[in-house]
Amino acid sequence: MKHIISALVENKPGVLAHVAGMFAARAFNIDSLVVGRTEDINLSRMTIVVIGDDKVVEQVRKQLAKIVPVVKVQDFVGQPVVARDLMLIAISAPAAKRPEIFALIEMFKGKVVDIGVKLVMVEISGPEAKIEAFINVCKPYGIKSVARTGTIAMPRQI
Amino acid sequence: MSSKPNSPAESAAKKKTKTKAKISAEPKSAKKPQTKQMKTGAQIIVDTLIEQGVDTMFGYLGGVVLPLFDRLYDAPINFIIPRHEQGGCHMADAYARASGKVGVVVATSGPGACNLVTGLATAMMDSIPIVALTGQVRTTLIGNDAFQEADTTGITRPVTKYNCIVKDVKDLARTIREAFHIASTGRPGPVLIDIPVDVQVEKCDTSEPAELALPGYKIKPHGNSRQISQAAAAINKSEKPVLYVGGGVISANASKELTAFAEKSHLPVTMTLLALGCYDQSKPESLDMLGMHGSAYANYAVQQADCLIAIGARFEDRVTGKIKAFAPNAKIIHIDIDPASISKNVHVDIPVVGDAKVILTELTKEVEFRQRKEWFAKIAEWKKKFPFRYDNNSSVIKPQYVVEEICRQTKGKAIIATGVGQNQMWAAQFYKCSVPRQFISSGGLGTMGFGLPAAIGAQIAMPNATVIDIDGDNSFNMTMTELSTAVQYKLPIKVCILNNGYMGMVRQWQELFYNKRYAMSHIENPEYEKLAKALGAEGFMVDKKADVAAGVKRMLDEKKPCVADFRVEPEENVWPMVPAGKGIHEMDGLDILESMA
Ligand SMILES: Cc1ncc(C[n+]2csc(CCOP(=O)(O)OP(=O)(O)O)c2C)c(N)n1
Ligand SMILES: [Mg+2]
Repeated sequence: MKHIISALVENKPGVLAHVAGMFAARAFNIDSLVVGRTEDINLSRMTIVVIGDDKVVEQVRKQLAKIVPVVKVQDFVGQPVVARDLMLIAISAPAAKRPEIFALIEMFKGKVVDIGVKLVMVEISGPEAKIEAFINVCKPYGIKSVARTGTIAMPRQI
Repeated sequence: MSSKPNSPAESAAKKKTKTKAKISAEPKSAKKPQTKQMKTGAQIIVDTLIEQGVDTMFGYLGGVVLPLFDRLYDAPINFIIPRHEQGGCHMADAYARASGKVGVVVATSGPGACNLVTGLATAMMDSIPIVALTGQVRTTLIGNDAFQEADTTGITRPVTKYNCIVKDVKDLARTIREAFHIASTGRPGPVLIDIPVDVQVEKCDTSEPAELALPGYKIKPHGNSRQISQAAAAINKSEKPVLYVGGGVISANASKELTAFAEKSHLPVTMTLLALGCYDQSKPESLDMLGMHGSAYANYAVQQADCLIAIGARFEDRVTGKIKAFAPNAKIIHIDIDPASISKNVHVDIPVVGDAKVILTELTKEVEFRQRKEWFAKIAEWKKKFPFRYDNNSSVIKPQYVVEEICRQTKGKAIIATGVGQNQMWAAQFYKCSVPRQFISSGGLGTMGFGLPAAIGAQIAMPNATVIDIDGDNSFNMTMTELSTAVQYKLPIKVCILNNGYMGMVRQWQELFYNKRYAMSHIENPEYEKLAKALGAEGFMVDKKADVAAGVKRMLDEKKPCVADFRVEPEENVWPMVPAGKGIHEMDGLDILESMA
């Protein structure tokens, strides 16, 4: 099962290495990991997607919490959350195909951020499944390159 | 409790509480009005160490720790120079194990720091509080592959509870206070601080207080009262309970509370290697050590228990054997300060996260005495049928006999350090301990070479105690250079080598699982007697069974560090033994033990 784990960590050198090292040393698999600043300049948020059974993920959560500069750990599983990935994707787009491609981009609420003679670069964000779907529909045109973030997430206020 | 309240270990444990109180206290300078107090980093280190109650340190010199050593030269700190940083780290570790205080070790950058790694990993696995200070190349050179530069925090991150590098002298005092706090609280462990040489030289104003800033470090000592009541109810209901005690009870200084709890609710008690001494082994309720080379009676009791109460223990594979077959009928209660150790290896029915001392006190209030006649009768039967035994009719010296004789002559009161291997298991099986902090052994990492430096560290912590390293020939070979340290500091430690000429434990596995092909497990040993004398210690050899008692006496009477080389049965095995992958009730060697009756 996929778990999105959110860890607030102190903004100190070595924290990322500590977290990554713990995952490697304990043979936990990271599906994706995103680190970024938060509203508090002293804290960063790591959003880590882990796939594993409940027992494994429970250990991941506890082992993360045990790392001294890790301030707070939450597992969003079973909670309503907003989860988003961001992708930049360069698609080969000869003039003849552009109308079709632009329609797709429109449908996926993507944004054209760069345009060249042969390529368009699209910015698209959303749940991971939507990103995957967009990649799939672009495949026939030829994908030149993809840069993706992992998932970031926040629980819904209910 | 049975241990004398004024035994050295107990009184030191009391001192620990004092030291701890100091940790949260603000530095004295903080209370004075703001007059600038400029100090160098090195001076700040020394002053903060003293403020933390440090009076003894271990460590080795090098280029980038010279500013620090210059300040230590005049400090009221007893400084011990080992012959190798690994030795120094083990000494600090055993100093902590024997005294309950934090062990402190210093090393230079690069090779010095790298030499600490085995010692830190040993302490990490056994949850021992150490603060390690390492020098680092100057901040402007970091990352340039400078002379004697190593990524010390990178290398030691997996073997420390916490580590960091201090690049600004203003952070130094706070970071050192944090290191002591982290090392000694919660589940203890080693903490390393890497300090570039320029930070040691730089000055800063120390008149401002430097309070701990650890938002991510919280300890919950109290335990959930509902879970405590659930645990008590389960214990009260149990017909066949077993108390399974780990090293955590010693770190929590909770041996007294443990004994009171076990007595009030009338429970048999088994201990891990690290917990030996925590419960008096001369009591009939003691099941001694459990696990791979544990007692048959402990292993059978655990396997048949209907309730297993684990305290400060972590269900390690050497203890549990085949995990799926471990304590199959038992409701499992697990009390531990580290939430991550709960349900890590086995599923726990009633978890209680908290400090062993606090929780045992609470639990004792809620448990009732129960006779459990049948259960104790069963246990007595196992104890009678399968005690630890060896063939004492043999004409060669049996290693177990040497340990037994040491136990007899020291009346079970000595501090025992061990090597790793068969010697360690025989020490655990045949030296009966009665007080905590008496048995000092590398359990989790199983570090050969731990014994001698550990004996030195323990003797420094407990100057009046009899400290004996029961060692293996090959374990001793790994760090024997530290004998020279014992000589320099006039420490009357005793090294008893159970010299079988083999890496005995390895040979035992080769005998049992590799068709007696003793691949490379035999070693040509030096003449330990001569070696000891060359280093300024005393040494002698005993190769006749009839001379063992006199040999032990001579070793105990010796005032100098002393190496007694006992030439024991080369192919003796440790029994019982749970082969890898088997449940702990599936012990080999019980027939052999029975045949010696
Ligand atoms: C540093 C280290 N290297 C290797 C091992 C693997 N090992 C475990 S026991 C053992 C043999 C120990 O021999 P000795 O010290 O003579 O003790 P004995 O078993 O003979 O009593 C070895 C090599 C270890 N535990 N530690
Ligand atoms: Mg040997």
